[in-house]
Amino acid sequence: MRGMRNFSLVLGTLFVSILFVIMLVSLFYTPHPPNEMNVRERLQAPSARHLLGTDNFGRDVFSRVMVGAQTAFQVGAVSVAIGLAGGFLIGTLAGYAGRWVDELLMRATDALLAFPGILLALLLVSVTKPSLFQTMLAIGILSIPSFARVIRAGVLQQKEADYVKAARGLGAGYANLIFVQIMPNIASAIVTTAALNFSTAILIEAALSYLGLGVQPPDPSWGRMLNEAQSYLAKSPWFALAPGVLITLSVLGFNLLGDGIRDLRDNSI
Amino acid sequence: MHYVVRRLLTLLLTVLFVLLLTFAAFRIIPGNPALAILGTEATEAQIELLEAKLGTNRPLAEQFTDWLAAAFRFDFGESLRFAEPVARLIVSRLPVTVSLAAMALGITVSFGIPLGIIAAGARGKAADLLVSIGTQLGLAIPSFWMGILLILVFGLALKWFAVSTFTPWSENPWLAFKSLLLPAVALAIPQIAIVVRYLRNSLLEQLGQDYVRTARSKGLRESAVLFRHVLKNALLPVMTILGINFGEVLAGSLVVEQVFTLPGIGTLLITAIGNRDYPLVQGLVAFIAFTVIAINFAVDLSYRWLDPKIRLR
Repeated sequence: MRGMRNFSLVLGTLFVSILFVIMLVSLFYTPHPPNEMNVRERLQAPSARHLLGTDNFGRDVFSRVMVGAQTAFQVGAVSVAIGLAGGFLIGTLAGYAGRWVDELLMRATDALLAFPGILLALLLVSVTKPSLFQTMLAIGILSIPSFARVIRAGVLQQKEADYVKAARGLGAGYANLIFVQIMPNIASAIVTTAALNFSTAILIEAALSYLGLGVQPPDPSWGRMLNEAQSYLAKSPWFALAPGVLITLSVLGFNLLGDGIRDLRDNSI
Repeated sequence: MHYVVRRLLTLLLTVLFVLLLTFAAFRIIPGNPALAILGTEATEAQIELLEAKLGTNRPLAEQFTDWLAAAFRFDFGESLRFAEPVARLIVSRLPVTVSLAAMALGITVSFGIPLGIIAAGARGKAADLLVSIGTQLGLAIPSFWMGILLILVFGLALKWFAVSTFTPWSENPWLAFKSLLLPAVALAIPQIAIVVRYLRNSLLEQLGQDYVRTARSKGLRESAVLFRHVLKNALLPVMTILGINFGEVLAGSLVVEQVFTLPGIGTLLITAIGNRDYPLVQGLVAFIAFTVIAINFAVDLSYRWLDPKIRLR
């Protein structure tokens, strides 16, 4: 069983690293400029010149999926940061204050969790003009409850532990108790949640952009590319493959990474 | 019974919260919602007329209590674009989405449960790895991309299905079934992965129990142990997961309907968002959230009713 668990971690790290490298390289180099249109070369099949063919404007699909990784990582990182910040605030407050504060905050997060993720994102996106920022904000907000729960549970569990009582006895303040004493002990649970939320963020961003309600052109997005590709499915089926493979690979990578880290933690206990 | 009362109270709170959220979302729009809908070229008179229709010219508290009272009567006002009551629009699009979700659930059960049993039976390094890869992959493929792939293979290459046409049940049940089959499969795949994973874990857990040893030692065949004793216990948690994931199926169908251009709730919602038809968006979001909450509630209660081991607290 031990080998299996490491397998998740290894494979997850591998996928995420590959995507990260693609993203980094795309910052400095793409085979063609990602937004360069060329009407004479539109909807071409993969060739030596265009490794993954071209889209309906004659843009190089390979370059565009590379740059799409930037959007995916940006959406994932920013929305996880929003979710973590909000979840940290709510989680520590609920865990420490207890009683009615805890009850109120937890009922609110329950209610937020009762919304299917994409529905809440659609609601938030619908009231303003869709954009990259909107998308990140919406996904960030809907990932707050999962962080809040993990952090609250950790705080509840740790705050009565002997080492925390000892620190309190030595006169440690709340900031010290939370950041120095408790946080390092629940860090792996938070990292697992972050990895799983990262994959959810990429998935929801892709869905929103596919619907035309997420990232807007000219910002590149895998979901948006799938939307465009669908109109030309009969003529150039390969156009719809690359963005989908990359979405799947990144979701798979972050899921495996999250599972791997969780199993590592379970094993060490 | 105390548990049911407490659960009902939470349910009511959640519903209130959902209504507050759907209400607030359309009041935090910077500036005037009527102006946002009509655009900057609207005349003063047009804006006033729309404000009166939306009720946004009245005090906020009054608007909210009205929205609450109306929502409990399933009256979400009138759509701006379709000039029809929101509730009637929802009901008219409901059959497509409900049959899509039901078919997806049917496919999930009829493939997930046998596959889960097979997966539990096959233990060992290679089998474990295969199951784990299969379920992880099933969870990672977005259903809308799976939909596009299915159209590509079964619609365009093999030509078994007509692409992007929907036939209502009343017109031709067979064609209606056919036009919903591919989207239902796309929706079902991640759910199958979840069922296989859960059922396998829960079967393996049950197989280690004492009662299984007793059943085996009294000479029951392995198949009798599995089907008469173990499966009954192992299926219960799976049913709960299925119920809870119904919300996910519904949410997934919002996007998948768009892939297959099916005239369901999802397409209506996306159209409404595009049209800035705020009453329709508000009503639809509240309605979908209600449905998910109600189903989770029903699943939770039936679970407690079905499993005598869990006492009603």
